[in-house]
Amino acid sequence: MSVEPFDISTAIVCPLDRANVDTDAIIPKQFLKRIERTGFGPNLFDEWRYLDRGEPGQDCATRPRNPDFVLNDPRYQGASILLTRENFGCGSSREHAPWALLDYGFKVIVAPSFADIFFNNCFKNGILPIVLDETVIDELFSKATRERPLEMRVDLECQRLVLDDGTEIPFEVDPFRKQCLLEGLDDIGLTLRHEAEIRAYERRRREEAPWLFQDLAE
Amino acid sequence: MAPKTLYEKLWDTHVVRTDPDGTALLYIDRHLLHEVTSPQAFEGLRLAGRRPWRPGANLATADHNVPTRERAAGIPDPVSRLQVETLERNCREFAIPEFGMHDRRQGIVHVIGPEQGLTLPGMTLVCGDSHTSTHGALGALAFGIGTSEVEHVLATQCLIQKRARTLRVQVDGTLAPGVTAKDLILAIIGEMGTAGGTGHAIEFAGEAVRRLSVEGRMTLCNMAIEAGARAGFVAVDETTLDYVRGRAYAPKGELWERAAASWRRLHSDPGARFDREVRLRGDAVEPQVTWGTSPEMVVSVRAAVPDPEAEADPVKAAGMRRALEYMDLTPGTPIQQIAIDKVFIGSCTNSRIEDLREAAAVLRGGRVAASVKQALVVPGSGPVKAQAEAEGLDRVFEQAGFEWREPGCSMCLAMNADRLEPGERCASTSNRNFEGRQGAGGRTHLVSPAMAAAAALAGRFVDVRTLGD
Repeated sequence: MSVEPFDISTAIVCPLDRANVDTDAIIPKQFLKRIERTGFGPNLFDEWRYLDRGEPGQDCATRPRNPDFVLNDPRYQGASILLTRENFGCGSSREHAPWALLDYGFKVIVAPSFADIFFNNCFKNGILPIVLDETVIDELFSKATRERPLEMRVDLECQRLVLDDGTEIPFEVDPFRKQCLLEGLDDIGLTLRHEAEIRAYERRRREEAPWLFQDLAE
Repeated sequence: MAPKTLYEKLWDTHVVRTDPDGTALLYIDRHLLHEVTSPQAFEGLRLAGRRPWRPGANLATADHNVPTRERAAGIPDPVSRLQVETLERNCREFAIPEFGMHDRRQGIVHVIGPEQGLTLPGMTLVCGDSHTSTHGALGALAFGIGTSEVEHVLATQCLIQKRARTLRVQVDGTLAPGVTAKDLILAIIGEMGTAGGTGHAIEFAGEAVRRLSVEGRMTLCNMAIEAGARAGFVAVDETTLDYVRGRAYAPKGELWERAAASWRRLHSDPGARFDREVRLRGDAVEPQVTWGTSPEMVVSVRAAVPDPEAEADPVKAAGMRRALEYMDLTPGTPIQQIAIDKVFIGSCTNSRIEDLREAAAVLRGGRVAASVKQALVVPGSGPVKAQAEAEGLDRVFEQAGFEWREPGCSMCLAMNADRLEPGERCASTSNRNFEGRQGAGGRTHLVSPAMAAAAALAGRFVDVRTLGD
């Protein structure tokens, strides 16, 4: 599955001040029954975002919203950067979580740490997860929760965030993943370039450990 | 040759190629699929005009959405039905072997893999489900993946991976009677935190682990992900080989001998270096009960609900306060005073025959408390169910007032009809106590099967070790 090349200019930062936000919270299970990749955005953080019980097939535009939840705060409408706390995306491997975040409009997530599978799933969908020190995160939270929302530019090429007050914050990103994001590369296509090596590995392993090559279809 | 950890052995034998920056192409021996995380992957193949690399290395089953009663009537929920039918259609189109909903071998994907011998020591095994770490109990490198990676494995039989850091969790001494693998893993998570294992692959070792059955080791490895680690595993020993021998898809005859000889090398070499080590005393572990909305929020059944005021870290204290509010609990309340509404025995953590035996042993001759609205047992697979029935366990459960259901994920994540109503409190043998996990507004307390059975009888949490007193 190929993804759109990563491109983000200046964007609003939405502060979600919770640690250990799990994938059940990001997209509750009743919405995992869709067989498409799109359409999950209206149910992002469903149980926190709405006051009624979320079920598939509802018209979310008419549902009662929880005014205390940050996504419903008028300041953060149109935000495409999510600022949050440690261990974001823990729990299940459901890729519906990044699909929901992306469908809502988030392209960057900034946190002190992420759960492994979620972190990986983000890159596969063109979302950039950025890890920053706890102290920097605290500072960003204090700026993002003021009356005027924080805006920043994400410069992936140069690996830095540029805040609306001119502050620059450098960040790390794996070079391979950066290249994939910038060029919107198709992972499968990249792997298939090594087809001959995979075949050679299989030939060698069939000799060493033939029990691994039993055909379950037979 | 330098001594290697088990992780390094498993990794090294599966690397197809490595780039200079350490990004590796890792060969995947076995791929398990289920209905929730696969439809978009098959769609991706279809759109790109690709076919599975090695269809016979895959096995699919429907478990998350399937009803646990009146199954012959099909799936009443049209959205769930479409997802299960989509899996069947995709398996036909792409020649993927499948255990359908009515196959007697159907069950939770992490129960049927080891049970059928689809999971073998020394394998790399993946599935679009975070609890894939379960299969590490057999000395395999097993981890959960997202849907993009499901598509990647289908198309290439490989994954793009970076080597994880190694962590050994060493449990010395033996577990006391009445204390199970579930209590041990909850205690480990309480110690390490839910992000404590992030970036690591955990090897569970030590006397207490070696003494566990393979079923117990599966419970342990199953929740490695709840400690933040994608993979958890246990070295191969005779217990492992005894478990695998004779399974439907396990090698036979001369091939078995060859395989077993190679599997006996699947342990960390003496002197192998781990990036991190955690040590625990097994005999100090007591039956555990979670009180909050994260598996790390756990205490001994003899303790009380903790007080956020005593927590120095403000982010952690805020999380505790939010959890207490959601769980409707007051700091200082003894765990044994918490009354429950429902009991769920099942899930990929605790739905194997040994789990059902432990729960039934507690229930035998007893009766579920009148205040408990519903008590469910959902066996992990068709063969587990048949075995339990052959042993008469179904009658023990039913006579005690439990409902005896068909295999599936059921109330662990409530994608089918089995769920908590808002405000209901459940003693559950599953793996996640997240907000809304077992149904919107539902309150989950994670426990062992024996502790769930004891709670069912008492209508509140009790120390299973004192039950007959």
